[in-house]
Amino acid sequence: MTDTATRATRVVATPGGRSRHNGGGPRAGTIAAFLIPFFLPFVLFYLVPIAYAIWQSFLVVRRTGGQYGTSYTTFGGFEQYVQVFQNTEFWNSIGRIGLFGIVQVPVMLFIALIIALLLDTPLLKLKAFFRIAAFMPYAVPGVIAAIMWSFLYSPQLSPLVDLLKAIGLQPDFLGPGAVLWSAANVSTWLWTGYNMLIMFSALQAIPQELYEAAKLDGASNWAIAWRIKVPIIAPSIILTTVFSIIGTLQLYAEPAVLRQISSNISSTFTPNMLAYAVASGNNYQQAAAISVVIAVITFVLSFGFMRLTSKRAGL
Amino acid sequence: MSNQTPTRESRVSRTAAMALMFLLAIYFLLPLYFLIVAATKPQGDLASTFGLTFSHFDLFTNLSTLFTRSDGIFGRWALNSVIYAVLGAAVGTLISALCGYALAKFKFRGREFLFSVILGGVLVPTTALALPLFLLFSATGIVNTYLAVFLPSIVSPFGVYLARIFTAAAVPEEILESARLDGAGEFRTFFSVALKLLTPSLVTIFLFQFVAIWNNFFLPMVMLQKESLFPITLGLYQWNGQTARAPLLQESVITGSLVSIVPVIILFILLQRFWRTGLASGSIK
Repeated sequence: MTDTATRATRVVATPGGRSRHNGGGPRAGTIAAFLIPFFLPFVLFYLVPIAYAIWQSFLVVRRTGGQYGTSYTTFGGFEQYVQVFQNTEFWNSIGRIGLFGIVQVPVMLFIALIIALLLDTPLLKLKAFFRIAAFMPYAVPGVIAAIMWSFLYSPQLSPLVDLLKAIGLQPDFLGPGAVLWSAANVSTWLWTGYNMLIMFSALQAIPQELYEAAKLDGASNWAIAWRIKVPIIAPSIILTTVFSIIGTLQLYAEPAVLRQISSNISSTFTPNMLAYAVASGNNYQQAAAISVVIAVITFVLSFGFMRLTSKRAGL
Repeated sequence: MSNQTPTRESRVSRTAAMALMFLLAIYFLLPLYFLIVAATKPQGDLASTFGLTFSHFDLFTNLSTLFTRSDGIFGRWALNSVIYAVLGAAVGTLISALCGYALAKFKFRGREFLFSVILGGVLVPTTALALPLFLLFSATGIVNTYLAVFLPSIVSPFGVYLARIFTAAAVPEEILESARLDGAGEFRTFFSVALKLLTPSLVTIFLFQFVAIWNNFFLPMVMLQKESLFPITLGLYQWNGQTARAPLLQESVITGSLVSIVPVIILFILLQRFWRTGLASGSIK
């Protein structure tokens, strides 16, 4: 922080101090006063915990003289990480979340895109109603959404189960094969409208004249949507994909709530649940290593996806 | 030929589009409708009557049970959520605006570097931060206090990102120049000139941060043991976990869920204009 401020002084300060011409600007102290109220908490509650987690992840707790000896903490190198990678529960949770994301994210974003495109055509009436209906779930906390859906999944209370039984089906939303997709449905329900709105806003920013030429050439609504609109709003689609990847890897509340009513969700169902379970067992160093691995995977995936897609879009 | 097909095609696609949107609207609204219906039923009717039709209208009994249960702890949770979300989002919006404004309008070395650090912050999963934060906070003794949830909530890298984009779009250089020529200092310029131009954008940032804090669950769960400090989400989660042993809690979990959603939905409908324009300007890079 101070480093930036002093460097800024050197560069910004011009003879006359507050002159605003030819690269002049406010004094470094003033700039710092604008930045510090955000950066101080940002450093304390973002950067320091990240550094602390990394530091913790390199420590191990050992004991002197067998199981009942005194314990001490020491530097362990990559020991915690080796343990994380050897932990089958860790790989299981990653596998589950990977499967979840590969299916849920494209399905959700595809539905969001379809709604956004339809709202942007003259085909639809009652647009304000549809827009608000889709966005409404965003106002519902993840925990509450999961509680609501868990009632809709529960065989005792659910009107859905009643209806499906009436047509001769025997749904088991909480069964071992289905529960992952029941959780995926909660996420889809929660976030489709939010993503739709980001895409829809981007669509609305496109000048109408762009479509005129295509219409004169006889292009159908479909052609205009897929060949013109979708490529133009690609940055928004990339943005929503990145947010969805981050969200998927953070998954906690929905499966944690479903766990309260389904024995098919273990306490280590997602990577975050695993980290929390390990931390609750007082193995903070191992939990830190898991957190670091989750953050690195998130970062690599979202950053990699952005690079990949922006390169393709840019060339 | 070309005169007839488009109208027929568009009639078919119009019907198809409306049908699809109605199906999706049912999907999005049905759980909320179910919740409203369930919140009006006496506990005994929950399992014995069909979930999508009303039975006895007991909403007010349910509400009074909800707010009197365990010495009125639910009211406390609601108040806590309001405190965390309103104060956290207000402070968070102000510091995001200051920072985003400075990044948009002041030229200084390291500016792009700071901005990339903030963008990196957007990508950091906040749940991955919660556990190390807990360890740090337990070392300083603020675990299990309001501050443990409040302080991390005020930081919103996404808010700074939005504030920078909004400032660049909504605050013209000339106005700032003339304020400065009139002898106003940078803070005076910011508070009396820029903030007025930025108001709709700030409402957007406030709304997003408000919802993020209101919906937050993992951070309070890690930080808080004292029930009296819980936000609604954590309180209802805990009650929901007890329904197997205390089935009568179920009706309160349902009514409580409805109560926790209504204020945010009202806020959204009232402030629709703001988040719509906000999102629109956020998407233009």
